[in-house]
Amino acid sequence: MAHGSKDEKVVYVGDSRVKKKSSQPLQPDYSSYPGKSEAFIPNFLLKEWMVGAVVLVGFLVLTISEAPPLGYPADPNNAAFIPIPDWYFLFLYQLLKYPYAAGDYVLIGTVLIPGIAFGGLMLAPFLDTGNERRFYKRPIATSLMLVSLAACVYLTVVSWDQYQHELEVQKIEPEHHKRVREAEKNALAGKPYNHPKPNDSVALVAADDPAMETYKKATCIACHGGELEGGGAPALLGVGDRLSKEEILTVIKDGRGAMPAMLDTATKAGVTEEELDKLADWLAKQKKE
Amino acid sequence: MFKGVYNWIDERLDITPIWRDVADHEVPEHVNPAHHFSAFVYCFGGLTFFITVIQILSGMFLTMSYVPDIQNAYYSVEYLQQRVAFGGIVRGMHHWGASLVIVMMFLHTLRVFFTGSYKAPREMNWVVGMLIFFVMLGLGFTGYLLPWDNKAYFATKVGMEIADTVPYIGPYLKELMQGGEIVGAQTLTRFFAIHVFFLPAALLGLLGAHFFMIRRQGISGPL
Repeated sequence: MAHGSKDEKVVYVGDSRVKKKSSQPLQPDYSSYPGKSEAFIPNFLLKEWMVGAVVLVGFLVLTISEAPPLGYPADPNNAAFIPIPDWYFLFLYQLLKYPYAAGDYVLIGTVLIPGIAFGGLMLAPFLDTGNERRFYKRPIATSLMLVSLAACVYLTVVSWDQYQHELEVQKIEPEHHKRVREAEKNALAGKPYNHPKPNDSVALVAADDPAMETYKKATCIACHGGELEGGGAPALLGVGDRLSKEEILTVIKDGRGAMPAMLDTATKAGVTEEELDKLADWLAKQKKE
Repeated sequence: MFKGVYNWIDERLDITPIWRDVADHEVPEHVNPAHHFSAFVYCFGGLTFFITVIQILSGMFLTMSYVPDIQNAYYSVEYLQQRVAFGGIVRGMHHWGASLVIVMMFLHTLRVFFTGSYKAPREMNWVVGMLIFFVMLGLGFTGYLLPWDNKAYFATKVGMEIADTVPYIGPYLKELMQGGEIVGAQTLTRFFAIHVFFLPAALLGLLGAHFFMIRRQGISGPL
């Protein structure tokens, strides 16, 4: 044993046979500041904890009273939608709407001004190198910051106002409001209040077509369901949006994926070539709307 | 019993100095809101961290329901919000917390700026703080796309068009972020990975550096 007494605590440094020197690295202490400093844990942390608790209560009240917004599923073909970024990007977004920062001069808005602003902010300690810390004794740094702040606030407010104005002019209701309103209406009527998935909303087209009988006779119904809603196999509602008549015929004759070739089964059940053709015709008509 | 376990570990690993260093370091009067109410401005940094922890925890619960795929992303968010127990609260905390963390960080930055705390010898900590700021904005930008509703989709499209204007690297930057020619399936999975793995990893590293430097240098003195 390298150490004698059992109570002696040994601090090892790398090579465990070398005892650590007792000198501790210097900790910054605040004895030079007049006043009542206190230990971080638990004394100070308790106070910070109380500030945190107040913030948390406010935060949870906001969370409970305002549901997070959710619009309708992204639709790239929606030309009427007015793009709007989250509020903390609005000042940049608005900047790009001014003629001197758009079109031919777009680099001023996307690279130059943000570059100078954020670059300057990042390098602040190397630009503002004086010893003075009080803001009123550093007029240049302070005024630059105040002007930038005012500019950001102004751009944000103008951007939001313009967005609201545009909604009003085009008579557009923000989608997350519309969705909540529709969901409430549906919920009160006892209907499902979630937004229907695309497949769910496709209706059966021409249910009284004679091809429906062929569909039953050819045993398609066993897997694809009585209303084409699917079951053991995928739904055929809206299949016309995905496949043409010829492709549907090929699938029936040759099978596809887990589906076996169904031509023999159908022929044995007494389905004629003509009926099969009509069936494919009817299935190709299964389109949304 | 607890003490016995602690002593057993401490004998071997000598962990006492590590936590004593954190626990015992003195907090000066001028940052203590119990002594000077106006010192609450020194709480914004701690509150930013507090909200960040809330973001990480709520985000972890969100990924339990979220599906990063253009067919299902929207419906998984809707399902979470309407059907999962407390799902609306979890998403609400993440959604509003994202804004709150920006607000807190902004106030913290202003406090450091106006008290001149970024000056020597704390320049490096200011630069790391600004990097944290950018990572947070990146988290906001990538997270905005994930619900995959129209607002998310079109805002990201605009963001990509802005990235595209940067000289020389713009088009490459855009394609790298989009994962292709359009904002689509690849973009969503890419943004998900960036939002959930890459940026949080960078954030934790930067936060570690931020806190390490505060411990080494201490809080700047009173004005």
